[in-house]
Amino acid sequence: MATTVIETRPDVLIDFDKESQGDVRTEEMLINMGPQHPATHGVLRVVLRTDGELILESVPHIGYLHRCAEKIGENLQPYQFIPYTDRMDYLAGMNNNQAYAIAIEQLVGIEVPERALYIRMIFAELNRIASHLVAFGTYGLDMGAFTPFLYSFREREMILDLFESACGARLTYSYINVGGVHDDLPDKFLDVLLEYLDYFEPKVAEYNQLLSYNHIFVKRTANVGVISAADAVGWALTGPVLRGSGVNWDLRKSTPYEIYDRFEFDVPVGLPGGSEGVPQSVVVGDCWCRYMVRVLEMLQSCRIIRQAIKQMPDGPHLAGKLKNLKLPDDEIYVEIENPRGQLGFYVRGDGSTIPARVKARGPSFCNISILNHVGSGCLLADIPAIVGSIDIVMGEVDR
Amino acid sequence: MAPEEVCDILKERFGAAVLDAKLDARRPYVVVDVARWHDIALFLRDDERLQFNMLECLSALDLLEDNKLAAVYDMFSVPVVIASASTVVGGSGCKSTPLLRHHMAVRVEVDRDKPRIPTVSDVWPAADWHEREAFDMMGIVFDNHPDMTRILCPDDWEGYPLRKDYEFPLEYHGIPATTEHTLTNPKH
Repeated sequence: MATTVIETRPDVLIDFDKESQGDVRTEEMLINMGPQHPATHGVLRVVLRTDGELILESVPHIGYLHRCAEKIGENLQPYQFIPYTDRMDYLAGMNNNQAYAIAIEQLVGIEVPERALYIRMIFAELNRIASHLVAFGTYGLDMGAFTPFLYSFREREMILDLFESACGARLTYSYINVGGVHDDLPDKFLDVLLEYLDYFEPKVAEYNQLLSYNHIFVKRTANVGVISAADAVGWALTGPVLRGSGVNWDLRKSTPYEIYDRFEFDVPVGLPGGSEGVPQSVVVGDCWCRYMVRVLEMLQSCRIIRQAIKQMPDGPHLAGKLKNLKLPDDEIYVEIENPRGQLGFYVRGDGSTIPARVKARGPSFCNISILNHVGSGCLLADIPAIVGSIDIVMGEVDR
Repeated sequence: MAPEEVCDILKERFGAAVLDAKLDARRPYVVVDVARWHDIALFLRDDERLQFNMLECLSALDLLEDNKLAAVYDMFSVPVVIASASTVVGGSGCKSTPLLRHHMAVRVEVDRDKPRIPTVSDVWPAADWHEREAFDMMGIVFDNHPDMTRILCPDDWEGYPLRKDYEFPLEYHGIPATTEHTLTNPKH
């Protein structure tokens, strides 16, 4: 394949040396960013080795939110562990419930009722929108734009209201459980949902006007923190971060799970500057691409939900009993597309009702591991831009 | 590519280093010799037919009854379709691939008394943090790893929490780390 090789990171170092003309002595300085810092999206600590404004090294230190969820999973029955999965990626509880439920269902061999599959998928996609809205809003905050945050939280509240009407919780749902969903949809839920979609879809254009194509925002994010496609795959980055690097890889499309093969939707990927309205200065794999993939994905999620509402079948929403499931002496590894990337659960049974091993592969954990590689060579102010564009949730990095 | 074919290619190249294969399981895997693991990993990544360019997950297992620890590597072959010619190509050693999209799991088993596995963080950069996590939680030491330190627990934490015979500490720097319930119910 013919490819043009470009330097992965801007060669800032050389420019700085020219400016200093060798007569100004500079010293390296260690800066501790976090664990309590508004731009680290939780308790992430990054130790920065800097030379003036230039970052020489940015080493993330994690574990401040470690609760050993995997050990808890090895002491509880699957249906009891579902609430703990909510607390991993607490911005996408539905998707986490779904991942663990699928793993157990495949291990035990439970057939999930059709209606439950549709309900699950609608909630997973709604949660994807809600999660991307937080990512979008807080990224604006990181870049100094306060208003988009208020807008995105206004729309997110409505999704949380929908969730509350179905399962009673606004953040930690435990709604999707092994074998289906624990309650059927409330009356008129689908009508309210359709109303919401009609309201929400035009808002995305508003977001684009407000933030995406804002000159200052583009200046802060375009050609910053460029991750090449090869690096993204090598570091096992997934989700919008991988797609921002131009790799067309979305588990919902490439290896469809549950019922995703029944719907039409596109997979947005990062595009180079100048194409399809992308600002000129944008390079594939930079912060702007990762951000934009999320914005476009929200619209695709709406598309999927609309199709699901049309196809929604009647029937039971839960397959029989969930408790005291005998887990066979076998193992399974299941991955689904979480808003942040591929969330995997490795579950090993030993014939009893409690798993012998539960391992969660968090997308944020893998995504943030590239920070040192992409961050060194950037400027100090670019670090919040990069961390924000990777969109991590520390609850799931540390588990 | 089906797991059987991947297994055959590995057997053809490495022979006796492929110790076992569970290909009819829900999630097929091969067990390989720990001494050849690094070579096998390089082969898995670079062979034209395999091209496992993404290491998705490393799950460390405690097989207490066999007195062994194990590391399970889940890998994928992700097709890197470059969106346009101006796309940046970096130097992680992972090449772009045609449409393979197959999945394979490789298991490496080691004795509990001497849990040492060669690192593959030079093969897949993603392995770096996964190996640190496996060291932190399960006490598997990865030889030649650039920074074999704890990642989730504090550096002075004692023991490896995910081992089946792990004993919970009663306190950590004067902070009570257990409740009466856990003392009376040692399983929890």
